[in-house]
Amino acid sequence: MNLTYTFPDRLKKATFVLMGIGLIAMIVGFITDHAPEGMEDHYHHNRFWANLLLNTFFFMAIGLAATFFLALQYAAEAAWATTVKRVIEAVSCYLPIGAGIMLLFLILGELGVHHIYEFMDPEVVKHDELIQGKMGYLGPIFFMGRAIVYVVVWSGFQRLFRKRSLDADLNGDSNHVIHFSNMKSAAIFLVFFGVTSSTCSWDWIMSIDTHWFSTMFGWYTFSGMWITALITIILLTLHLKSQGYMEFVTESTIHDLGKWMFAISFLWTYLFFMQFMLIWYTNMPEEVSYYYDRLHEFGYRGILWGMFFTNFAFPMLFLMSRDAKRNAGFLTFVGIIITAGHYFDVYTMIMPAAVHEHKHFGFTEIGMFAGFLGLFVFIVLSNLAKAPLLVKNHPYLDESLHHST
Amino acid sequence: MHKESAIREPLIIVEKSYSDISDDIIRPIKSKPNRQWWIVFTISFVAFMWGIGCLAYTIGTGIGVWGSNNGVDWAWDITNFVWWIGIGHAGTLISAVLLLFRQKWRMAINRSAEAMTIFAVMCAAIFVVLHTGRPWLDYWLFPLPNQFGSLWVNFNSPLLWDVFAVSTYFSVSLVFWYTGLIPDFAMIRDRMTKPMAKKIYTILSFGWSGRAKDWQRFEEVSLVLAGLSTPLVFSVHSIVSTDFATSVVPGWHTTIFPPYFVAGAIFSGFAMVLTLLLIMRKVFNLEHYITVKHVEYMNIVIIVTGSLVGIAYLTELFISWYSGVEYEQYAFLNRATGPYWWAYAAMMTCNVLSPQIFWFKKLRTNLAFTFFMSIVVNIGMWFERFVIIVPTLCRTHLPSSWNMYSPTFVDVGIFIGTIGMFFTFFLLFARVFPVIAQAELKSIVKSSSIQYKKGNAHH
Repeated sequence: MNLTYTFPDRLKKATFVLMGIGLIAMIVGFITDHAPEGMEDHYHHNRFWANLLLNTFFFMAIGLAATFFLALQYAAEAAWATTVKRVIEAVSCYLPIGAGIMLLFLILGELGVHHIYEFMDPEVVKHDELIQGKMGYLGPIFFMGRAIVYVVVWSGFQRLFRKRSLDADLNGDSNHVIHFSNMKSAAIFLVFFGVTSSTCSWDWIMSIDTHWFSTMFGWYTFSGMWITALITIILLTLHLKSQGYMEFVTESTIHDLGKWMFAISFLWTYLFFMQFMLIWYTNMPEEVSYYYDRLHEFGYRGILWGMFFTNFAFPMLFLMSRDAKRNAGFLTFVGIIITAGHYFDVYTMIMPAAVHEHKHFGFTEIGMFAGFLGLFVFIVLSNLAKAPLLVKNHPYLDESLHHST
Repeated sequence: MHKESAIREPLIIVEKSYSDISDDIIRPIKSKPNRQWWIVFTISFVAFMWGIGCLAYTIGTGIGVWGSNNGVDWAWDITNFVWWIGIGHAGTLISAVLLLFRQKWRMAINRSAEAMTIFAVMCAAIFVVLHTGRPWLDYWLFPLPNQFGSLWVNFNSPLLWDVFAVSTYFSVSLVFWYTGLIPDFAMIRDRMTKPMAKKIYTILSFGWSGRAKDWQRFEEVSLVLAGLSTPLVFSVHSIVSTDFATSVVPGWHTTIFPPYFVAGAIFSGFAMVLTLLLIMRKVFNLEHYITVKHVEYMNIVIIVTGSLVGIAYLTELFISWYSGVEYEQYAFLNRATGPYWWAYAAMMTCNVLSPQIFWFKKLRTNLAFTFFMSIVVNIGMWFERFVIIVPTLCRTHLPSSWNMYSPTFVDVGIFIGTIGMFFTFFLLFARVFPVIAQAELKSIVKSSSIQYKKGNAHH
């Protein structure tokens, strides 16, 4: 049984190529990003910066939700996923880097380098009474202080889980002391995450439409990051299996991962629909502006409904049957489509506020996504190669190896 | 081959053979009720009858006998409706969602939780039926052709969605519950000696033979029903929440309502399951099946859902400030500091602060304390619905229509009546139905019972 993953050179090169494309896309995107007619006053390379935020958040969220999923396994005493624990851990390893980039992006905003967040511009705030009312929360010191706390605590927990997991491998875990302390830390992390997953999405995404608010927004964003992280975990596991690794992962474990993908797709759909329906139904001006902009004013109707049906109908139709959830080809196909769907989910959250109707989907978008993808894959696979693919001395290992449903 | 980790605690804590389990479950059905049962039953039944009296008085006189008035036109009726529907949630969650999550500890508690669901939904239905004012015309709630006297129902109204959601939930829960009961009824049928009882259980058990084919179909239908019920766990309370959230009333219209109502429903449902089971395990000597570990798991569900509800409360509170909408801000200020501040304080204390005590293992494994807490949570969740409804309606946009609300003896009477009905039905259920899903419980003897755990340790 081959328990050591070697990051193939060809793949490594491919990630570098992707990162190179990303870098070129950033430079070209920045230079060619001129203010469109009618937006001259408020446009400061917004397309470029919005893309940077989109990719930064999208990939960071995968690492964050993977850490959440890992913590959830500990806290819920779940055994079935123990055989893929190293994959979950590897995906979570992107969190410190992704969150670091996020922090950098916010610092640049506070320094006035970009104008994605209206409330960071004192000129705008001076003339906007509504935003003035929110400055107690969005003011720079509290805003940045919070952001640093999120990033440091999330990353700290991620490193802690990883370190303890490797510790148990190397030094054994008599009486499962390490496991139980991970369980305790997981519970604490979940509490922290429960609050900060909402607040971070208000701070970093909802606040771009500074006037707008929705109490559901945090949970809705969270469900989107959860499903993307699950798909990443599934795709990576299937890839490793296809390369001859991880034969110890049973078909039932794959099936269970497929069930999660199915279930969380529904959770996302439920939260998206309820938020939309309640706002559409009551049609109150202060709330409906968000959807009015997207559906009528700025012409995102096709993208919004397209991604809604992709993220809802695809998993529903394709993953309903048991066999589909055990079929690598099916899971990969549906997984990639939903990931694309969730990219456009985040796209519709950010772009309308940043560039209004001047939306694009061109080299800047694709190239920058490719660049971040390259970075993400590089970090995840490098971390995967650093530890054996199967945990040792884990109390649920035997249960998971014999898992069958 | 199935494996179970050594660190998992046993779920049946005394050595029991299959036949011991059957004996333990059938004992309350075969024996005569004791004096305690009669006492509790009598009290419940009297309360139930008192409720029926108030109900008849309401129907005979009109809902003017309630405390509801022009401003506060929804009050105890809808508070009680939502409270009962919420309590009804845990049954389906335990039987469906925990089945999908393969939680073995659900086996000991799902039967009574499902029974509780059915009875709670019945109690909730009483308030829906009554609050229309003319309950004899309640069939107008259904989409009937116009010549029946009503106009075609308004499909845009969440109140109609409620009719569909609650009736679907009730029927699916009932089918789920009954399906699970069939093998257990068959076990009782086989052990009954009295001809009349034997005859009844024969009919109830639908000719169950215990062949492999029967079991295969049983497993399949359970899984299908679990799959159908899981979306229902979400839909029912989400739709109940839209009764409020689709309005433009400040404090009612907030997008987090659907998932937050679902979390709250599970929270209150588990509290009621704990209230009932902690008594039942003692009265029927089921301590070996419903163990401290089971109670601990339920308490953990209480912490999780209580915290989710807490996050939702704080989200609402925060966003109302953040929104900059002064009506929204006032609505929440009024809840917290207005004339009904004490209800808000009760809600916050009971639902958000008190469950946090369960972070201490000593307390979440303490049965007496858990019982006390389950009552606290039930009270808190009643106040949550009261806080949403009454303080909001007594301070609407137009200050000239501001007024206070206080319940009449009829409001109180009907509410007490539903509690009486709930306990009456549950006590009857406990005498003639198998209170633990023994057939399912037997399926974990070879993985999670004490003798298996010990046997495994020798290897």
